[in-house]
Amino acid sequence: MSLSSVFNIAGTGMSAQTTRLNTVASNIANAETVSSSIDQTYRARHPVFATVLADQAGGTSGSSSLFEDQGEAGQGVQVSGIVEDQSNLEPRYEPNNPAANKDGYVYYPNVNVVEEMADMISASRSFQTNAEIMNTAKTMMQKVLTLGQ
Amino acid sequence: MGISFDKALGIHERALNFRAQRAEVLANNLANADTPNYKARDLDFSSVLAAQADKTQNGTFGLERTNSMHIDAEGLSGSDDGTLQYRVPSQPSLDQNTVDAQIENANYAKNAVDFQASFTLLNNKFKGLVTAIKGE
Repeated sequence: MSLSSVFNIAGTGMSAQTTRLNTVASNIANAETVSSSIDQTYRARHPVFATVLADQAGGTSGSSSLFEDQGEAGQGVQVSGIVEDQSNLEPRYEPNNPAANKDGYVYYPNVNVVEEMADMISASRSFQTNAEIMNTAKTMMQKVLTLGQ
Repeated sequence: MGISFDKALGIHERALNFRAQRAEVLANNLANADTPNYKARDLDFSSVLAAQADKTQNGTFGLERTNSMHIDAEGLSGSDDGTLQYRVPSQPSLDQNTVDAQIENANYAKNAVDFQASFTLLNNKFKGLVTAIKGE
């Protein structure tokens, strides 16, 4: 019954959006986490979404080309990985900061708080949409159960 | 002489199936609203209807079974995947994603109402059958 797979699809969507919300929370929480070296500074993290196709639902994933999914509609969304933002960190001259290096500089993470807030709203709306989809599918299924009554 | 459900229920059973399938496709579009490179899909009712009508009129290409061990196959016209199409995007997007959440949401809601309509019609057919059996 394809209606029950709507629950799976909306579930994967909600799970992916939760992961996104998690990374947003982590980024905002660490927006002011300074460090004395570039290597140790926190970098903004972003989830990478990918469509789940029926033949890869068993476990293998990731390697398929973009043009392979012609015949099927897909089975939801998955987080294929979380990448760290490689853009430049911001050095600031704060000699009084305990974390300052010998030149008096500290490195600030490359987290853009405004961008993260927009991302948070988008994730929250997408989550709502998926929850609503699940609710509608539930109503449809309950209606089917009354067939013949 | 038995009751032929296929004849009694007509197209409504298949319509209900189609609505359920379309709900799945649209739900998948919305789940992938933020996936880069994802292309929105949809099922076209009229082309599915035409394919079904063609199947009813001409029959399916059955395979000849010369041995009882052979598996009965439906043949070429059995697949419905040909009617799964890509949506034409209303505007370009930076990440090549063609899902418009509002359009998908509206389609999903309309599909749910159509599902209710198909269900009501199918339910009425069943009620008619029950009345015929009871003879009240």
